[in-house]
Amino acid sequence: MEETTTAAHETKSMLLNMGPSHPAMHGVIRLITELEGEKILKVEAEIGYLHRAFEKSAENSSWTQVMPYTDRLNYVSPLINNFGYCGAVEKLLEIEIPERCKYIRVMMSEVSRITDHLTCIAACTMELGAMTAFLYLMKAREYLYEVIEQVTGARLTISYGRIGGVKADLPEGFDKNLLEALRLTERELSEVDRLLTKNRIWVDRTRDVGVLTRENAVTFGITGPLARAAGINYDVRKAFPYLVYERMAFEVPLGERGDNYDRYLVRMEEMRQSIRILRQAVRDLPGGPIAVDAGGKVVQSFDLVDEAKLGRTAGLVDVATTVEPTLEGTQKRYRSRFASSDRSVALPSKEDTYGNIEGLMNHFKLIMDYHGIRPPAGEAYFAVEGANGELGFYVVSDGKDRPYRVRVRPPCFFNMAGLHTMLEGYLLADVIATFGSINMIAGELDR
Amino acid sequence: MSEIPDAGPGFFTSRLERVIGWARKYSIFQYPFVTACCGMEYMSVAAGHYDIDRFGAGLPRFSPRQADVLFVVGTISHKMAPVLKRVYDQMCEPKWVVAFGVCTCTGGFYDNYATVQGIDTIIPVDIYIPGCPPRPEAVLDGLMKLQAKIGKQQQLSRG
Repeated sequence: MEETTTAAHETKSMLLNMGPSHPAMHGVIRLITELEGEKILKVEAEIGYLHRAFEKSAENSSWTQVMPYTDRLNYVSPLINNFGYCGAVEKLLEIEIPERCKYIRVMMSEVSRITDHLTCIAACTMELGAMTAFLYLMKAREYLYEVIEQVTGARLTISYGRIGGVKADLPEGFDKNLLEALRLTERELSEVDRLLTKNRIWVDRTRDVGVLTRENAVTFGITGPLARAAGINYDVRKAFPYLVYERMAFEVPLGERGDNYDRYLVRMEEMRQSIRILRQAVRDLPGGPIAVDAGGKVVQSFDLVDEAKLGRTAGLVDVATTVEPTLEGTQKRYRSRFASSDRSVALPSKEDTYGNIEGLMNHFKLIMDYHGIRPPAGEAYFAVEGANGELGFYVVSDGKDRPYRVRVRPPCFFNMAGLHTMLEGYLLADVIATFGSINMIAGELDR
Repeated sequence: MSEIPDAGPGFFTSRLERVIGWARKYSIFQYPFVTACCGMEYMSVAAGHYDIDRFGAGLPRFSPRQADVLFVVGTISHKMAPVLKRVYDQMCEPKWVVAFGVCTCTGGFYDNYATVQGIDTIIPVDIYIPGCPPRPEAVLDGLMKLQAKIGKQQQLSRG
């Protein structure tokens, strides 16, 4: 790799291109490295290979239609993106969401955060050759995907958030399934902990490699696990508590050296803290179950439909029912638990839509093009703690049914700005370890 | 041995082709060209839970020259398109292409200035797996369809 002229023994540096199609570049980033031997002198990152025009698409959609695009920003933790965007629009609209919905959002955010960290560590270990750890972590992610699928109906691109609420209430047996999934995830985590944390090869590849100093973290606006590994105590959940995070007991793990190993440890600990939050949220989840009184009484048919939709069919066989011709009331009491009661934002229950003219009009006003949700003219910035750091949405409204502007503050963008400080001065092989530990997600980087 | 098939390239050739097709379809070396969201489901398919290895396609090769099947996983932007084309051109015959996810099939809901509206505008595609992203089951189904296609192909008479 090194070109040496025999006369003066002067060394020339060499340019090496990595990516965009490189197994460790996560598909879509190009690093142009200047090498002296194996040592990296200079790195330049070229981004934009996954630019999908999120912001432009958002301007051409109604406020609700932006939701699927936000799924695909950070596709490893789409639920957090959903709720970040919802939060921004709700701030603009100045509406408050129901208590139970807040808990649902917190829980789903934390499940998402765990899947994100699992994927990051899994990909990083695989790239360094630890295939076993990859398989264990993917196994754990699969348990959580199953929970996500039960709640949202999809594994990955879920579009579960709604302005003023969430799409639907939690399914029957959610708490039991979640706790079981968490137990299994914890088991895999401790397995990986035993495999990696004191593993000589892993420690050699990551300890004191890819150091991000505190100064650089602040200079480049880096947040999230990277900044916390460098010792900066900044977590949006603690600094600007949103939803119900101020009621949750959890700690923000901090690193000391800011190297790859610290990032790994911070992520591992954050997953444990997320599990801790989830257990508290399951315990405190307000609303409680609404059960049909099946003790031989006559119940309304819509109650049965509601129960059946939530999967509670046992014991309903012998129940006598009455049929309400207008379907008045069905699902109403459920909807109020997870969606705002503000009629200018949240859809009416299906029974209102089909059962009375007010509901029908309400539905059409929200669904039809050029009607829809119309926040007052103004702007709002709302940040959540994404899996990679502060994920902010800045929305501008001109009072119409479409956003005037939706701007994302993607944490990855700032991580990539500071990327060269973590790579320069180290060996070429360290690029793989460092880049893996940064968890670059092209969807939110390029938008 | 006296019976020779009435049509086609002859008994031995057709038998040989069937054997080669059978061998090829269970020893797929794939090149995962992973760019976006679908990569998450690709990881799920590759990992223990769904285990693509059961279908003889477990070994990813990150050199196009060693790969048989190009898995295009995720949105291809216009900036990425030349790279994809080049990777495809570098692959040796016989080669197949799987369009993984709706973005690669048609551009999906990214109907805008940045996204290639289907990779078949750049390279030929053998199997389309729609879905945003496709479930792992759908991916495995697509893979089996590809295997059936590989098994039936006339390998010797290919140009």
